[in-house]
This record gives sequence, structure tokens and C-alpha cells, in this order.
Amino acid sequence: MQLTNRRKHIEKKPMTLMERAYLPSITKGMLITLKHFFSKKATIRYPEEQRPFSPTFRGLHVLKRDEQGRERCTACGLCAVACPAEAITMVAGERKKGEEKLYREEKYAVSYEINMLRCIFCGLCEEACPKAAIYLQADKMAPPRFERDEFIYGKDRLVEPVDPNARSQRGIQLTAEQAEALARRMAGMEA
Amino acid sequence: MEIPVLAWQGLVILAVFGITLLIATYSTYAERVVAAFLQDRVGPDRAGPYGLLQPLADAVKLFTKEEFFPSGANRWLFVFGPCLAMTTALMASAVIPFGNTLIFGNGTEIRLQAIEVNIGMLYVFGVVSLGVYGIMIGGWASNNKFSLLGAVRAAAQAVSYELAMGMALIALLMVTGTLSLREIALQQYNGLWNIVYQPLGFIIFCVCAFAETNRTPFDLPECETELVGGYHTEYSSMKMGLYLFAEYINVFVASAVMSTLYFGGFSFPGEHLLYDVLLKSQGELFAHNTVTILGTITLFAKIFFFIFFFMWVRWTLPRFRYDQLMRLGWTMLFPIAILNILLTGAFILLKPYIFG
Repeated sequence: MQLTNRRKHIEKKPMTLMERAYLPSITKGMLITLKHFFSKKATIRYPEEQRPFSPTFRGLHVLKRDEQGRERCTACGLCAVACPAEAITMVAGERKKGEEKLYREEKYAVSYEINMLRCIFCGLCEEACPKAAIYLQADKMAPPRFERDEFIYGKDRLVEPVDPNARSQRGIQLTAEQAEALARRMAGMEA
Repeated sequence: MEIPVLAWQGLVILAVFGITLLIATYSTYAERVVAAFLQDRVGPDRAGPYGLLQPLADAVKLFTKEEFFPSGANRWLFVFGPCLAMTTALMASAVIPFGNTLIFGNGTEIRLQAIEVNIGMLYVFGVVSLGVYGIMIGGWASNNKFSLLGAVRAAAQAVSYELAMGMALIALLMVTGTLSLREIALQQYNGLWNIVYQPLGFIIFCVCAFAETNRTPFDLPECETELVGGYHTEYSSMKMGLYLFAEYINVFVASAVMSTLYFGGFSFPGEHLLYDVLLKSQGELFAHNTVTILGTITLFAKIFFFIFFFMWVRWTLPRFRYDQLMRLGWTMLFPIAILNILLTGAFILLKPYIFG
């Protein structure tokens, strides 16, 4: 039975004198390695140089705020429903009087946790979110940690800072120009 | 007159010793750089500029690692093994002529060679074959069957390839008619290099040199996959370092011997012309010394090329299987070496008839 059409018939002939002498093939191989000796190195010297992320990179999650600094998330739970890895859990709460500056809608997430050990960075939460609250940042990786419980990311790590100047611009999906600029940079790295 | 010459000669001995160690040290660095370059990487570049302090970092690491003696090991022999490997490796460079003579104004003549003996090549062979004891003793004293197996393999390999190497050399000796390395180098001084007369012999010699120094594709004693680590499995810290270091010294010596025997030693093309030109303009002393110094530089260039060649091969070719290794040694190289002797002999006998 033939499973693929890529089967190759190999004939085991006795080697010719040329082949048995080894030296011609060795010379050929050595010339190949010599070519690599002078070729451009693919190494990126990490701490000094950094490889740009690809335009489609999905990194660490961020819970965005709106223009007035209010949390966008309304704890609707669609992200948790959309999550194939079931990494997201949240507890919804009602906004009290005087908290209008903190939360945009009447309902907000009292707690919002992502288990980074489960998360597969598929970005479905981002797609599911009706309030444009959760994003996977385009240039930030989830950092390594030592303890397993440190991988449960709460609101303290997920919500972006209040100060508008300290806010991350990075969670926002790249604009067409930005994506193009990044693609150019990537192409430059590979060339 | 006698003592100053001896003092100078002592200085040369020290210099040769130091140069051998220095080159072996930086061979470890070069090995990593060459390996990296051949694999499209950049290699060590963190320790010092261009990673030049890497050997120092390696040494610190090796010295500060835990000294470990396996239970049941023969402690004395366990220490003696790497020492012997190192000593024999270092001894071999003593007879290599690193240059012609330097002549000083008062007529003092200094040979750029640690010791001049008329059996130089035999001395190299003798010392190099002693290196097997370092491996064998190390492997046996470890009280580990894998080490012992590795050591036995290494010893068998070294002995097998020494045979073909010796045979290749005999053909060369038939051409040169002397065992003195200095003589052999001087014979090539204003003529053709021996590689022209002995191309086949050189190939055999070169292959055997790879096997003798336990370098890829003949680094069977260090087969991690089959023998854990070969003869130095149980070694740690600097004792392990000495074994590895001895290998690099051996590479240096092998490179130096190959350059001297087959590639003209300290001779370079056009030295005769240069000597004549300098003789007319600057006088005999200056001409002689300049040519000597240039010759030494040439020899080191040749040696460095061969060291690079060793590394180049190491990072190109895969390792031989053990039975393939033995078959190559005994059924290919050995008969070819004998054939080479016959051809050389026939050529020497027929030469008067052919060339008149």
C-alpha cells in the first residue's frame, strides 16, 4: 500500500572508486562550510539588539481604559466564554455612586484574572470583547516567573495605569501605516 | 662562548614552551569562533573585546569546579593520567625548528629551535606515542567500564594509525634522507616543498595526524553517545581541562610537523631573491636575520592555517563508526602507504635514467 506519492526508490549500489576515496566528497563538503564561514551571521545579539515582533504577534494582555481614564471592561464575560483554554475568570460587580470616574458602565469587573499557564494567546478574547477593553499587546511578552501562582494575572497587572501619559499605546491594534512600517523593519532584518 | 649560547638556547626553549601554551590556549577560543562561523553564528563575544578573554573565563570555570575522585579509583594514576597527556603533548614541540638561525654582531648564532637532534622525527614519534599512556592510564584509573572502553578504543586507534603514519613518513625520509626536522626544513629552503614529491604521503600523514590527535572525524574516544564521554568520563575540573588542553597542544604540534615536513617549514617563496637583494643593500647579517624572521612568521602562518584546517574539518565531517575507522586504517591507509613507499623507491631508482 502506498500512503503518499513521495516514495523514493533507493538503489543500494556498491560505491564507485571515486565515492570510496571519500576525498572528493569531503572537499565538496568543506567548500560548503567554508562558504558559510564568510557568510553573514544570523545571530541577533540579544540584550543589545532585539528582534522586532511580527505584525501578527499577540503578547501580554492589557485591560484598556477609555479617554477619560475609566475602565472599559463591563464584566460581560464574553471573553471568558470565547476563551478556548478557559483561562479567564471574573467577578462582576455593580458600580456605586461616585465611582463614575472609575468605571464606564454600571457593571464592572471586581476581579479579573487570566491564568497565563492556560492562556494560548489565541486572541479570541480580544475578538469577543464588545467594549474594546481587552487587547493582546503587540510588542510585549508575558515575562517568565518562578512560582506557578505568579502566573495568575489579576487586575493589578492587567489594567493599564491611570495617568493618561503612562498609558500603554501598545495594546491598540496597529494602524495600517504602523503595520507597514513594522513589516518594512522585519524585511530589513531578514535581508 | 659556551655559556651565553646555552643561555640563549634556554631562552628559546622557554619561548617555545610559552608559545605552545599560548597557541593551545587560543586554539580553544579559535575552535569556538570557527565552529560558530561555520554554523552562521558569531561565537563568544562577551568576555572582553571580541570575546578574547574567553580562554581565561574557561580556565576560571575549570579551576573552580569540584574536584571529584570516583570511588575505587586509583588516586595516583587518576592524577597521573592527565599530567602525562599534558607532558607528552608539550614535549613534542621541542624539536620543531621554528626558524633558521639568528646571527648577532659578535658571531653568536642562535637556532630558533629548542633542541636540535638528528633524530628529530623519531623523537616526535616517540613522544607522541607516549601520549597513548595518558589516555590509557586515565581511562583505567577511573574505575569505570565506559572510561576503560573509551581508553581502549583510543589506544587501539592511536596505535593503528601510527603505523600508517610511520609508513607515510618512511617514504618522505627516502626523499629527504634525514630524520632531522631542521635538515628537512633546510632542504626545502630553496627548492620545491616536499608536498610536490609526496602528495599521497601527505594525505596519509594528514589523515593519520587527525586520528593521532583524536580530532573529528576520528574523535572516537570522546563519543558521548556511545561511551558517555570516553576516557575522560570521570574527570572533572582542571584534570578534564588538561586532557582537552593536551588535545589542542597536539593539534598545534601536528600542524607544526606537517608544515615542516611537507610545506617547507620556515621557507617561503622567493626567499632567495629577497636574500640577494638585501645582501647587496644592507649586508649579510641583516639579510640573513630578516629572512629568518620572515621565515618564522611564514611558518606560523602555515601552522595557523593547519590549525584552522583541523577545526574546519571538525565542523564539517561527521564521526566515523569504529569498525569503519579500523577498516580505513588497516585496509586502506596502510596498504596505500606501503604502495607509496614502493612508488617513491621506484622513482628514486629510476630518476637517473629518466632525467639523465
